[in-house]
Amino acid sequence: MPETPERNAIEVRGVSKVFGFGPDKVVALDDVHVAIRENEFFTLLGPSGCGKTTLLRLIAGFDFPTDGEILLHGQDIAPLPPHKRPVNTVFQSYALFPHLTVAKNISFGLEMLGRPKDEVDARVDEMLKLVRMEELRNRSTAQISGGQQQRVALARALAPQPKVLLLDEPLSALDYKLRKEMQIELKRLQHETGITFIFVTHDQEEALTMSARIAVMSAGNILQIGSPEAIYDRPAVRFVADFIGETNFLEGSIEERAAGGARVRISSGAVIDASVAEGFQPSGRVTVVVRPEHARLSAEGGQLAGRLSNIVYFGTDTHFHVELDGGGEFIVRRQNARDDRGTARIGDPVSIVIGAGAAQVLRD
Amino acid sequence: MASGRSNFSIRHQPGFTTVAVLCFALLYLPIVTLVVFAFNAGRSVAIWEGFSLRWFEAAWNNERVIEASIRSVQIASVAAVVATIAATMAALATTRTRPYRGLTFKYAFINQPLMIPEIVTAVALLIVFARIKVATGYSGLGYLIVAHTAFCIPFAYLPIRARLESMDLTLETAAADLYATPWKVFTRVTLPLLWPGIIAGLMLAFVISLDDVVITEFVKSGGQDTLPTYMLGQLRRLVTPEMNAISTVFLLISILIVTVFFFISRRST
Amino acid sequence: MSQTAETARKAEHDDVRKRWLLSAPALAIIFMASIGPLLVVVVYSFLTPGPYGDVKWAFSTDAWISVFLQRDIFEGTLGIADAHLQIFLRSVRLSLFTTIATLAFGFPTAYFIATRPQRTQALWLFVITIPFWTNLLIRTFAVQEVIRNEGILNTALVGLGIISAPIQILYTDWAIAIGMIYVYLPLMVLPLYASMEKLDFRLVEAGYDLYATRFRVLTRIIVPLVKPGIVAGSILVFIPSLGAYVTPRVLGGGKQMMLGNLIELQFGAGRNWPLGAALALTLTVIVMVALLFYVRYAAQSERRHG
Repeated sequence: MPETPERNAIEVRGVSKVFGFGPDKVVALDDVHVAIRENEFFTLLGPSGCGKTTLLRLIAGFDFPTDGEILLHGQDIAPLPPHKRPVNTVFQSYALFPHLTVAKNISFGLEMLGRPKDEVDARVDEMLKLVRMEELRNRSTAQISGGQQQRVALARALAPQPKVLLLDEPLSALDYKLRKEMQIELKRLQHETGITFIFVTHDQEEALTMSARIAVMSAGNILQIGSPEAIYDRPAVRFVADFIGETNFLEGSIEERAAGGARVRISSGAVIDASVAEGFQPSGRVTVVVRPEHARLSAEGGQLAGRLSNIVYFGTDTHFHVELDGGGEFIVRRQNARDDRGTARIGDPVSIVIGAGAAQVLRD
Repeated sequence: MASGRSNFSIRHQPGFTTVAVLCFALLYLPIVTLVVFAFNAGRSVAIWEGFSLRWFEAAWNNERVIEASIRSVQIASVAAVVATIAATMAALATTRTRPYRGLTFKYAFINQPLMIPEIVTAVALLIVFARIKVATGYSGLGYLIVAHTAFCIPFAYLPIRARLESMDLTLETAAADLYATPWKVFTRVTLPLLWPGIIAGLMLAFVISLDDVVITEFVKSGGQDTLPTYMLGQLRRLVTPEMNAISTVFLLISILIVTVFFFISRRST
Repeated sequence: MSQTAETARKAEHDDVRKRWLLSAPALAIIFMASIGPLLVVVVYSFLTPGPYGDVKWAFSTDAWISVFLQRDIFEGTLGIADAHLQIFLRSVRLSLFTTIATLAFGFPTAYFIATRPQRTQALWLFVITIPFWTNLLIRTFAVQEVIRNEGILNTALVGLGIISAPIQILYTDWAIAIGMIYVYLPLMVLPLYASMEKLDFRLVEAGYDLYATRFRVLTRIIVPLVKPGIVAGSILVFIPSLGAYVTPRVLGGGKQMMLGNLIELQFGAGRNWPLGAALALTLTVIVMVALLFYVRYAAQSERRHG
């Protein structure tokens, strides 16, 4: 991974975490390396059990790594207990103290740091304003809604001005509309405070819309780190392509290599031009991926031919399932327009046109 | 089905409600009788001869009753407080952890007084304390207090442990994350949240100590009657409604404590 | 191993040590006033009785032999200890009777509570628990007042002309049984209720849907599903019944003894502490076997349903 010239807020070096012993041993993290830049909105994305929450807990200090170093501004913090790290967490369950009011929850960290009272009060006011909760300052945390609890949890974690804010699936308990609102709110807060956010989620859409960079994790490893566009458009491995968005996979073999690309003969016999990631030398059997929205149906003249097997209407778009002539299925997505409903019927023979540069040869 | 529209309740079982109502009635009949005849003007505990408070008065003026009551409260207070502190510490040590060597042993040890019949513990204490009394010459209330503390611990432990186990562990993690030292986490988060459990444990222990007859009967030295052992001694004779009066006051106190306990544990869940 | 791993290991080690320190006071008190003395009882059961109570420090297995056998004074042969055996049998018989009777009364009562609306269930439960938390001696005394010859039961029956003279109930086995059923009933109702509360009544609906009668629904669906509660309640009633001391003393009047009273007798008028110790240990063993049986059953049913 190329080193960035910017300063790193957090640098994880060769961190492993093993739970249990002997036959019960579970490797939660396996030699993970990642550098998170200062003032960055960084997301750890992956299915449950991939190790993303474990990595977050190691950075927070709730667990100790089995091996490796965690640097905060260049200093190893891995052996420090959580109360000695300038890092705060927003918990998935919020973990608001039920015996304290909203304001007392927010001031908790500052009081523990022994800040003078007037400073604490001023900071609490500022935080309540930041998350727009001024009227509810003396409420008990049991008397406020889920969305409000979420805001209090954010304010509480931001109040001590941590170097890094860790967010462990903070939006998962909210309903769809509130979640959308809070996504925008979180981006605003990150922008206004300038604090490094490390965000954990299993929701790829959330990751794509909010993050500056994303690390995709699976089975204790980081598979790819990059901007949302890079992760979506140029997935490095099959898992990333499959986990993020919908993808068509075509099996085939290399016919001919060219600069930055290759000509692939897929199993149906058709030949497709596909791009190849930098530094990857494919040979023999390969997988080619094409996003459904990067292909379109046509009466004739496309690279692939087949028969329409199903049409699924989604409101904003429609999915056309095509049974390819040589076997296998291919999905084409089309944005719906009011005046164009299309005339395709199930059973019609169709041709698929793959856009220029849309096909990509993948590492397995 | 004469009505043509019978409401078939799937929960109904014939006769069950009758038995249940009978059960509740029989459960309270002796207690209610006992209380009613405490106010009897005559000497009988079966024939009503008019309302009077004379038996309460008699009990109040009975020096041995007052003395035994004071002793009961003394023992119960000390035993309940010590047992609750020990049980709280033990509960903190045995919950919310991955199993470690000795954990099962601790559970068994703490609950041991509940598993052995009281009469067995009572004679065991009689044997041991008799030797210690001879060896040290001390024959104060200490023996009773230690004995009561021991059997109060598992009762106090019960609600405290339940409270701890239902407590969200991430609250303490959150406090640590917000710069609280382990001691601050305990005093500012764990203890305030545990408080209802501790109060419940304390009251339970107090009632259990107050009620004890068997162990007290075997451990006490001469002139160390508690209210229950005093009553046990009196039951051999022909009883007068004075016993009913004492029982009524005792019942009232127990019910009061249990009611408070009930509402505390209900509110905290 | 890295330095952080070392830190983690040390933290775990410190945690376990802290946990031992925290539990030390409770463990020490219970050892001092419960487990330790129990071990002394084991020692005493192998000693010789002293002339005025207490023991002589001479090893003897006589106490254990005389738990079950007795030496014939004239012939010097060993026979079954009839007196002890009778008390053992009476204790077991009375305890079993108490268990069955509390089950017969407690099952419908627990079912009644469990089928009340959610809000009132807690109240009914409270009504059942109140007598349980009030003094056992007072409750026994209350029963005594009701059933004694001059008590309201006999007075009422005579007054109504149903009987001509009071029936002697007090100081009989019946009195002990009535008293134990009365004081231990809540111990049956509470665990029964706990498993009935979890009963999924959609299963009962399914039973009726498949043509079961009310009786069949009860015996084929409800009873098997609440069996853990039945077992727990039975153990909870049987164990204290077997070791009962106060109830037989007050209601049996010293004539109708149970095991608890027999043990006491050895430390009082009997002046045979080793025998008392051996009897106490015998009782403990029976109770432990019952508990062990229950623990294994509970673990099994948890494995099956968990």
